[in-house]
Amino acid sequence: MDLNVLWFGLLGVLLSGYAILDGFDLGVGMLHLRAKTDTERRIFMNSIGPLWDGNEVWLVTFGGALFAAFPHAYATAFSAFYVPFMVLLFALIFRAVSMEFRSKRNSPGWRKGFDAGFFVSSALATFLFGVAVGNSMMGLPIGSDMEFQGGLLDLLRPYGLLVGALAVTTFLMHGSIYLYLKTEGELQARIYGWMKRSFFAFVFSYVFVTVVTLFTVPHAVDNFSKYPWAWIIVALNALAIANIPRAIHQGRALYAFISSSCTIAALIFLFGMALFPNLIYSSLNPDWSLTIYNAASSQKTLGIMRTIALVGMPFVIAYTIVIYWTFRGKVELGKFSY
Amino acid sequence: MELDVLLLSRFQFALTIMFHYIFPPLSIGLGALLVIMETTYMVTKDPQYRAMAKFWTKIFAINFALGVATGIVMEFQFGTNWATYSRYVGDVFGSALAAEGIFAFFLESGFLAVLVFGWDRVSDRMHFISTIMVALGATFSAVWIVVANSWQQTPAGFHIVGEGLFARAEITDFWAMVFNPSAVDRLVHTLIGAYILGGFLLMSIAAFYLLKGRHVEFGRKTFFLGLIFSTVFSFAAALSGHDQAVKVSETQPAKLAAFEGHYVTGTGGAPLSIAGIVDEKAEKVRYSIALPGMLSWLVYGDASKPVTGLDAFPKSDRPPVALSFYSYHMMVALGGFFVLLCLVGWFFFWRKTLFTTRWLLWVFVFAVLGPMIANQAGWFAAEVGRQPWIVYGLLRTSDALSKAVRGEHVLFSIVLFTVIYIFLLFLWFSVLHRKITHGPEDEMSEVDPKKRRWSWIDAAVLLTAPDGASMTGSKSPGGGGSSAGDKASDKEVR
Repeated sequence: MDLNVLWFGLLGVLLSGYAILDGFDLGVGMLHLRAKTDTERRIFMNSIGPLWDGNEVWLVTFGGALFAAFPHAYATAFSAFYVPFMVLLFALIFRAVSMEFRSKRNSPGWRKGFDAGFFVSSALATFLFGVAVGNSMMGLPIGSDMEFQGGLLDLLRPYGLLVGALAVTTFLMHGSIYLYLKTEGELQARIYGWMKRSFFAFVFSYVFVTVVTLFTVPHAVDNFSKYPWAWIIVALNALAIANIPRAIHQGRALYAFISSSCTIAALIFLFGMALFPNLIYSSLNPDWSLTIYNAASSQKTLGIMRTIALVGMPFVIAYTIVIYWTFRGKVELGKFSY
Repeated sequence: MELDVLLLSRFQFALTIMFHYIFPPLSIGLGALLVIMETTYMVTKDPQYRAMAKFWTKIFAINFALGVATGIVMEFQFGTNWATYSRYVGDVFGSALAAEGIFAFFLESGFLAVLVFGWDRVSDRMHFISTIMVALGATFSAVWIVVANSWQQTPAGFHIVGEGLFARAEITDFWAMVFNPSAVDRLVHTLIGAYILGGFLLMSIAAFYLLKGRHVEFGRKTFFLGLIFSTVFSFAAALSGHDQAVKVSETQPAKLAAFEGHYVTGTGGAPLSIAGIVDEKAEKVRYSIALPGMLSWLVYGDASKPVTGLDAFPKSDRPPVALSFYSYHMMVALGGFFVLLCLVGWFFFWRKTLFTTRWLLWVFVFAVLGPMIANQAGWFAAEVGRQPWIVYGLLRTSDALSKAVRGEHVLFSIVLFTVIYIFLLFLWFSVLHRKITHGPEDEMSEVDPKKRRWSWIDAAVLLTAPDGASMTGSKSPGGGGSSAGDKASDKEVR
């Protein structure tokens, strides 16, 4: 198999892993202020307490793999998105800190401050991820030297912001289903309502973004005529989305969670379809785009990394299963909780 | 006004890496010590070692969280600020970074959850395994990042492809890249530095408890463990430091010359500088205290053989001498101090007054700052001494920047990082303070002395304890963490 295509696919897997896993904990963060009492907020934080750190590692590994497999794309994208990226890093640091330190003191002011910090940083991070995806879909002003030639305003175009909003609704839905799984009683009954509402918000924004994409980013669907099998994923995506309210209605929240995870994976797949074989589409001249060929490391490095991935991934999957199994079931607040 | 992107980016990198590097050595050092504590618990089944491990796990977890939070910045900063460098080294450096992500980060972060949250969810055995996994993960991440950094110091296993703007290094031999000439020496030295820090941290907090007369039994045992660990690795640091200096003289002679303030090659043996004030303009070290011929002897085993001085390099290829000189000498001086302090500790231990000599305990409370500064100074010297190269002999730091990034952007991010790092530092102190005031759980007094299985730590502390202060807890009213004051302070604050 073409190593460049393989690594494009593996990056997609890493990004999907990140979006599914960190997606629910970012969603929990965005719902955090909806919890009323201190105990409820602790339940929210502890529902993701042992997991968020491992989830974020998917992003770190995605970054490392992008650096290794496609250094030009890594260099161009990260220097182009400089300011939003710094704000994103700020949000991620602040989020980690809010969770780690919120419950370390009893003072209400201390806790309220970190509650707000947790909410704002989760929402900001989610939104910025969406904006980055939206900008990549549209393409960036990349010159013949592979360098970004725009400014900050080029990154704040309406389409990018719109995809940012889609990311927010997606993770809200994903997070509320997760919380439903981890809570009980009256709190769970309230979350039931959030689940339904966020689902409709998600469907609405998804349809809206799709329509806007078809009209304003026509190159995003070029690949569908080339690879008609991709329609299967679209159909599966539709089924997964339809299954979410069905599963919720039947009271089988785990199926709803699996369906929303599949939905997120499908969204990342569509994102990949919109890009392939480009990594960064040049809006100045398509020939200047960074592709999986001109931005890649040597075949030797891609081959070494394939070996590393083949050896490492089974371990990663094994740890992930062990950890999620250890912390299965409803949240219980104990001595070691946040 | 045009802001200097190079200067700002270098400043930002120094700021973010130095702040980040407060935490990884703590995780590596404490991680190894946690394994020892839990092994002792698994062998003796004595709950006090479980209490010890629990207490240090809490400290570990706080450091680890901050290490992760500040570490994400490091990984992405190569792309944001040093795009040209990233294009140049991506093929080589990237596979080490990817290996770090897959082998180290998943291991650490996954099992850390079990370590911190799993005490009453998993079996002792599973917790023990998780501790080993986290310690291994912390060590693996050091392996890959030090390999990548060493490649920048002593590139190997690559060839240059393309020209001008698109020139870059490509791997020709993965294992030659991994085992580049300086990789193993530098990795060993880095890990030793982390272990010394771990040992001194144990002694610092233990000495604090001993001074306050709280958690005395915990304090003694923790201190003893820390002292053994620090002593072994302080001596090891001196040996590995020597190896490394010899290696630097072969691979980066300009760096060694800058470390030593050695300007003129001359014809005879080179002196080993102990202290002095560098005058970069006059190209000499003023008020120098130096041992004649010693540098030559240390490097070549021959006190009369000349060592390459800075005069062998054009000015544009020389590192900043004063910064290299001072940071290097600070590290070496601190290394000597650790050996000395540990020996003093053992002397008082042998005299059975280690745990009662208050001035010495106070020294140990603050001595933890030593390894912290030494770790920073060592890296500072290593990185400044590599200048003006970002990849030694191949790519200049000034050519490595992002072309798309402007000075105001970097200034903005520096302000952002400074604000959040000051805040993080405040939080870190505040929570550490709380954890230390709260102290370990009160499990020590629950042991039935008849059923207790002794560990080597117990035995050693018992053997050298002053008369009348037996360690069995049942005889000594203040000996366990069981006084009324401790009970009151044990109310969990959450």
